[in-house]
Amino acid sequence: MPEISTTSTGPQFGPVFKDAAATAAISFLMFLPLIGFITVQDIRNVLVLDTRWTLLFILVALITAGRLAYTLVLLPRSARRAHRAPAPASPIVAAIGRWFTPFVVGFVIVYPILIMGLVPGGALKWVDNFGIQILIYVMLGLGLNIVVGLAGLLDLGYVAFYAVGAYSYALLAKTFGFSFYMLLPLAGCLAAFWGIILGFPVLRLRGDYLAIVTLAFGEIIRLVLVNWVDLTNGYAGISGIPRPTFFGIPFNANDDGFAAVFGLPFTPIYRTIFLYYLILALVLLTAFVTIRLRRLPVGRAWEALREDEIACRSLGINTTSTKLTAFSIGAMFGGFAGSFFAARQGFISPETFNFLESATIVAIVVLGGMGSQIGVAVAAVAMVGGTEILRELDWLKDIFGQEFDPGQYRMLLFGFAMVIIMVFKPRGLVSTREPSVALTERKMISAGMVKEGHG
Amino acid sequence: MTEPLLSIRGVKASYGHVAALKGVDLDVSEGEIVTLIGANGAGKSTLMMTVFGKPRAHAGQIIYSGEDITRRPTHLIARMRIAQAPEGRRIFARMSVYENLQMGAAVNPDADFEQNLEHVLGLFPRLAQRLHQRGGTLSGGEQQMLAIARALMGKPRLLLLDEPSLGLAPLIAQQIFDIIHELNARDRLTVFLVEQNAYHALKLAHRGYVMVNGLITMAGSGRDLLERPEVKAAYLEGGRH
Repeated sequence: MPEISTTSTGPQFGPVFKDAAATAAISFLMFLPLIGFITVQDIRNVLVLDTRWTLLFILVALITAGRLAYTLVLLPRSARRAHRAPAPASPIVAAIGRWFTPFVVGFVIVYPILIMGLVPGGALKWVDNFGIQILIYVMLGLGLNIVVGLAGLLDLGYVAFYAVGAYSYALLAKTFGFSFYMLLPLAGCLAAFWGIILGFPVLRLRGDYLAIVTLAFGEIIRLVLVNWVDLTNGYAGISGIPRPTFFGIPFNANDDGFAAVFGLPFTPIYRTIFLYYLILALVLLTAFVTIRLRRLPVGRAWEALREDEIACRSLGINTTSTKLTAFSIGAMFGGFAGSFFAARQGFISPETFNFLESATIVAIVVLGGMGSQIGVAVAAVAMVGGTEILRELDWLKDIFGQEFDPGQYRMLLFGFAMVIIMVFKPRGLVSTREPSVALTERKMISAGMVKEGHG
Repeated sequence: MTEPLLSIRGVKASYGHVAALKGVDLDVSEGEIVTLIGANGAGKSTLMMTVFGKPRAHAGQIIYSGEDITRRPTHLIARMRIAQAPEGRRIFARMSVYENLQMGAAVNPDADFEQNLEHVLGLFPRLAQRLHQRGGTLSGGEQQMLAIARALMGKPRLLLLDEPSLGLAPLIAQQIFDIIHELNARDRLTVFLVEQNAYHALKLAHRGYVMVNGLITMAGSGRDLLERPEVKAAYLEGGRH
């Protein structure tokens, strides 16, 4: 595409329209085979070629308009911005930074009540699909954040620990009838144990090699779950997993159920709200423990390990135990999330714990900004909430036709969003690293302002 | 004569099939500055890393303060109050200078952190100005200062320095050498220095060794080695410096 010269007076229109025309031509050629033609089965089940000129035209027009807007509005603006000296951070921005976390915590605490008031009919969906679903991923993200974000060990098989937690709970609860509150720590311990099992062979690996081995580990666990039919029931999965009770009081319509005991009319929303607060408590616990750990020597050692393993060793840090603690503590939180997941669903199967899940969690950590907890939370809301919202966009059907399912474009949109974020914020949404020591004079230096110096 | 603080006896080490050290003998006594010079690839850095257990010596013995540390894991060697400012500095780029110094202090929990910090920042006033800056934003010289300062935070008895003047302007290198001299003269810190900058490093040293191809070929007092024609020819560019 031709370079567009932008002067201080504004862009010249000749090159701009030439550029827009080129964009239109390229997008037309690209989308002609992709969108323009479609094969459909006619009444006799024969494939016939159909055309979608309207849709093709709309897409090309949208892209051309976008390119025009970019060259006419955004480019001159960023050119102007480059000339200006960076403005000092305004007090409003500083205040937002300070109050953001307490605000978010407050919001998630009142969220179910708020939803109950706003949409009494659809509250179940909003608390379950948006609330609980997102919080599970926040929990997984926070757990993986310890391994990837803090210790810098790229783990692509994190879903394995999620699976270990889920199956531990499901099998032990079904076989022995242990309660959720007993099995939650137990599932965490078992996952941590598997974290150590994985940790030992990969102690000497770093970076890409570690990623490959952990990826394989995740697949091995999944394949074991698929093939060990006697124990796990294979693809069919485990159903009828006992649900968590309100500290001994079950959520059902019986006389000893939650609603009856508290003199309320029975609705399934109570269980959902209870589960919401349960996972919220787990998320807050994870966040709190991580914050505390970062201030302890082991947390600092993780961060040092991420930066330079050799320097760590020469400073007396036992890198073996440091890595193993990172793996096991990260895995433990994954196990908590897994057993909560099993208890919430009541049904689990190996298909839930595929690589895509691991990739989603890694994406949440990377997008959020390695090591940043609030970034992980924001990224989880965007990734998981985004998927759920796509399902809600029914009005798109009025534009693109009844067969259009926005959910199918999920991956495309994710990929697109990721590229955008990585272009503009290469170190994730929250890329500043808060020093873990509080000093009287705190100066934060954002990653974007400096280059990593090795010389 | 009292027993040396660090004594290396017949140490051999190799990378795969490539022998890097072919039986090295070397002593560092308490309160000394000992310099090891040699060409690129002579095995100087390898020797320093072998003292720290990576790569491991497959023959010979390394005795530190009367204890055999040849087979000890690196982190336990570090806890015996041997500090190292490794080649390439290896500071923690994303941590602040203060946090880097804290990391250095972690190796010796008995040391008084505040007092050490004051001492170290007194030696390197530049670091005091940059205390809350990220390590990666420092200049090369400042990073070298930070690497040495971090090593000093654990109150070491023996300081191993691998090419502290590498890539530094002559004036900054001189500053670093002055600080090493001061540390030795005032605090009686024992220093084992590996250097390419033979003139300055030997002038500073009580004793020096010359290493060629994994073997010690010459030893003597720093002044003595500087006078030798072989050293002059090979390492001092025919007398220019």
